[in-house]
Amino acid sequence: MTTGARSRAVGTPVARVEGHAKVTGTARYAYEQPAGAGPPLYAHPVLSTVPHGRVRALETMAARTLDGVVTVLTPDNAGQLDDLRGAQDGELAVLQSNEVAFRGQFIAVVVAESPEAAQQAAGLVEADYDELPHHTELRGDSGDLYTPERVNPAFAPDTVEGDVDGALDSAEHMVDVTYLTPMEHNNPMEPHAAVALWEAEGGPADRPIPAGSDAERPSSDGVATVRLTLYASTQGAHTVRSTLAPLFGLRKEEMRVVSPHVGGGFGSKGMPHAHDVLAVLCARAVPGRAVKLALTRQQTFSLAGHRTPTLQRLRLAADSTGRMAAVAHEVTEHTSTVKEFAEQTACGTRMMYAAPNRRTAHRLAALNVPVPSWMRAPGEAPGIFALETAMDELASACELDPIELRLRNDPPLDPESGKPWSGRRLVECLRQGARRFGWQEGPPGSRRRREGDQLVGMGVAASTYPCYTSPGSRALVRHDGTEHYTVRIGAADIGTGTWTTLTQIAADALDRPVEAVTVEIGDTDLPHATVAGGSSGMASWGPTIVATARRFRTEHGQQPAAGAVMTGELPDNPDAEQFALHSFGAQFAEVRVDVDTGEVRVTRMLGVFSAGRIINPRTARSQFIGGMTMGLSMALHEHGVLDHRTGHVVNHDLASYHIAAHADIADVEAEWLEETDPHANTMGSRGIGEIGIVGAPAAVVNAVYDATGIRGRSLPLTPDKLVR
Amino acid sequence: MIPFDYQRAAAPADAVAAVAGRPGAAFLGGGTNLVDHMKLGVAGPDLVVDVSELPLNHVLETDTGALRIGATVRNSDLAAHPLVRRRYPALCRALLSGASGQLRNAATTAGNLLQRTRCPYFQDTSTPCNKREPGTGCSAIGGHTREQAILGASAHCIAVHPSDMAVAMLALDASVGVLGPYGERTLPLDALHRLPGDAPEQDTVLRHGELITDVELPARRFAARSTYRKVRDRASYAFALVSVAAALDLDDGVVRDARVALGGVAHAPWRATRAEEVLRGAVASEGTFRQAADAELTAARPYGGNAYKVPMVRNTLVAVLRGLTAERPDRPYPGWHGPGLEEESG
Repeated sequence: MTTGARSRAVGTPVARVEGHAKVTGTARYAYEQPAGAGPPLYAHPVLSTVPHGRVRALETMAARTLDGVVTVLTPDNAGQLDDLRGAQDGELAVLQSNEVAFRGQFIAVVVAESPEAAQQAAGLVEADYDELPHHTELRGDSGDLYTPERVNPAFAPDTVEGDVDGALDSAEHMVDVTYLTPMEHNNPMEPHAAVALWEAEGGPADRPIPAGSDAERPSSDGVATVRLTLYASTQGAHTVRSTLAPLFGLRKEEMRVVSPHVGGGFGSKGMPHAHDVLAVLCARAVPGRAVKLALTRQQTFSLAGHRTPTLQRLRLAADSTGRMAAVAHEVTEHTSTVKEFAEQTACGTRMMYAAPNRRTAHRLAALNVPVPSWMRAPGEAPGIFALETAMDELASACELDPIELRLRNDPPLDPESGKPWSGRRLVECLRQGARRFGWQEGPPGSRRRREGDQLVGMGVAASTYPCYTSPGSRALVRHDGTEHYTVRIGAADIGTGTWTTLTQIAADALDRPVEAVTVEIGDTDLPHATVAGGSSGMASWGPTIVATARRFRTEHGQQPAAGAVMTGELPDNPDAEQFALHSFGAQFAEVRVDVDTGEVRVTRMLGVFSAGRIINPRTARSQFIGGMTMGLSMALHEHGVLDHRTGHVVNHDLASYHIAAHADIADVEAEWLEETDPHANTMGSRGIGEIGIVGAPAAVVNAVYDATGIRGRSLPLTPDKLVR
Repeated sequence: MIPFDYQRAAAPADAVAAVAGRPGAAFLGGGTNLVDHMKLGVAGPDLVVDVSELPLNHVLETDTGALRIGATVRNSDLAAHPLVRRRYPALCRALLSGASGQLRNAATTAGNLLQRTRCPYFQDTSTPCNKREPGTGCSAIGGHTREQAILGASAHCIAVHPSDMAVAMLALDASVGVLGPYGERTLPLDALHRLPGDAPEQDTVLRHGELITDVELPARRFAARSTYRKVRDRASYAFALVSVAAALDLDDGVVRDARVALGGVAHAPWRATRAEEVLRGAVASEGTFRQAADAELTAARPYGGNAYKVPMVRNTLVAVLRGLTAERPDRPYPGWHGPGLEEESG
């Protein structure tokens, strides 16, 4: 595949097209959307306070009789959902039974005329439980660990290549260490919110709560009797619709999902969660009136997905010159009992270094915990943390500079597939970063210096993320007249810059200035687009637009009639089968550790990335440094503390679940290699949403070792772990 | 949120009468803590009496040379006050290390003293808590103890007081003026906050309806050589894991008088009297400082996850004392990089 679109807008720092609307408060987020004729109603959920059991009785009378309360939904009256895809998606089986699988699960919801009344009434609902024994603690020696059939999204759980044990036994240098990462929570700034409006034609009672299957419903008469509108905060409007419509027995034409602006997702809005279902259940109970639901920050800790804690055993073997003979990466992590999510933690290790003998394995414990899900760079973020920290430990064992160790083990072909790389430029990233950062060569610990009561050190780590493309996106190009074009695609902008970057791509593909192109996204009334996940958004939507614009020109020429329209879809990329498509990066950190208190401050970070062509350096820089900042938080701050007696995350707010504050971020810089990946897609670019977080935690933790001689093997590296 | 009545008081006596007259009434200052509690269901006052606009927004020098700080003075205003910056560096640093800029703009002096613990179990109505609901038990014991007390705790409560400001004021011999239904009284600050004992629901000795009207900092020789050091998980907007306020009156290398207070270690801001005893009259040296810290920490009783606080307090206290006795007492310790006074020292 070759680069097609003539580059004019692409590669320039175009300011966000929706920026003015956002900073002036006129860009509407989900909860702010007006819907329905009258004033909206407000939903406030009731959450289980036990981690496992069954609701024996729900006392709702006090709530029902409170002023302003319209209804209280429980499993007795919420109405059935259709097609729960067997037991696959128990997360979405909201109010379908009295079973409690984790603490913080929906057991009821109040709908009221005001949010205050809804909240107060929710507090008046009393539940009695038959409790069952619960297990929330992830343990490596637990007897009921199992091997999942696949890990996210569809990888084999285990791989073996060569004689790993033999290589480990006979190696000159060996590292055998276990790393722990805690439960982590996405916490986008905009809460998980939805506004749902259920309208039934021919009167509100025309369509009673459906109980039957889709087959019983009229589907070919062309008469839509229900119109469900859901304003959602999501990374994929079409995904929400395709998941939820069948649950409610609706044909897709009967449901519209609107999501023009999203205040961050980090994966937690990548697929619909239970609150989306709950909002629609409420709306179905009060047809004709919009129902607003926003999870509180506390509620998101059990209802919006999270990153599993991990136990990771890493064994690396090398010869006397530091050439790796073996790598083994064995992961233990958790999932819920209602839905399996198996984070692909060890997958990055399969392709990263040239060790001929490799083994990876994933084991799961199904616990009474909330449903884990995607969180920025699922798999790579925790897995590469462990691998890259282990590499630093191997560099210590070999008494080698950690960059030199990586140079000696850079594989010419993808070790996993044997295919050539579409562009593995990790070595250049490391070298350029070392130069720019002022890296002093030497093994870990050799850069240590003391300034007053602080120990200063530097760390480095490699970074990688696959280049995914999701099939199925479609776009529409329309000539509005007077040389202005509208491009429609149901893509998502979760703060990443999609509104702007797709405008740039469309402008170049149509050979028009950006001012002459209006892009419309975030609505299922627009052509189908895949989810903003796996860093695949731009790499999927962009080529779809390029292909559609080409078809438009082929059909309508350079002087199209006003109103001329063309649709198109994501073309196949034959190169994807021929090449190993991955992005790479080198991350550097300098830390200062207080000798008295163990406080760590990161004074400098630098990331150098190879991610193909950068569409917009301004929004790209934000993505990179945002990811690096999140990686710093993962290294030093983030820790969801699960109380194993109660099964809840104790520190479920942003005062106690720490992420880096502004004062923690001193000097974070990102740069990238000027390049085009001719095999990735027609734009030559790979996604960048996730690679910034990958490797950053290891760089920080390795810098702490360089400064202090203390190996941080359990994240986060808070002062209590370093004070002596 | 439960519906409640709201009134704004015009004079302190009106506020006192309004709250004293209703058992479920509460004073509202900056609202940075009470409003959170109302949202979380931790507090449910049926009457909120807004005292934030009372005419208590003064910072005055009295004729004895003391500093009198009105109850409604905002934390950021107090931190920026020239007399505070010049005479009470510990207080200035403590204020600036608290919360965030926005919260400091809202939070009041009296409200800061009366803020309640951030123990996560106290703030979560779905978990038992003796402080929130007496007799239900302490969830922190046997649970998440990382932030909890190592000194003066009881079998009923191991929570810590969250204030930075109060710790510095304690080391500066502050006293508190109180107006109640039966008149005025003055309390030394170290008599205001209680240890939990068997009544952790009572944070202070104040009775219902009593209103703090001001805080007084006396003129003391040690105040100028004072500082505050907060150890925290992140550089801003985090409560102290531990903190140290210390003030020294030095005479030719000998400690003539000393005040040491600790934060993040107890149900109340903790006056380290045992450490002070060791320091008083001793030669200012590393050995003396270690001895002082060890004397105070002999009473420490960690609960598993907070054992790190013992070495952390020891190291921090020694470092603070070392800094205070160094050549440049305005730089509390070498490499100091927190909020401070370097850029404007007078």
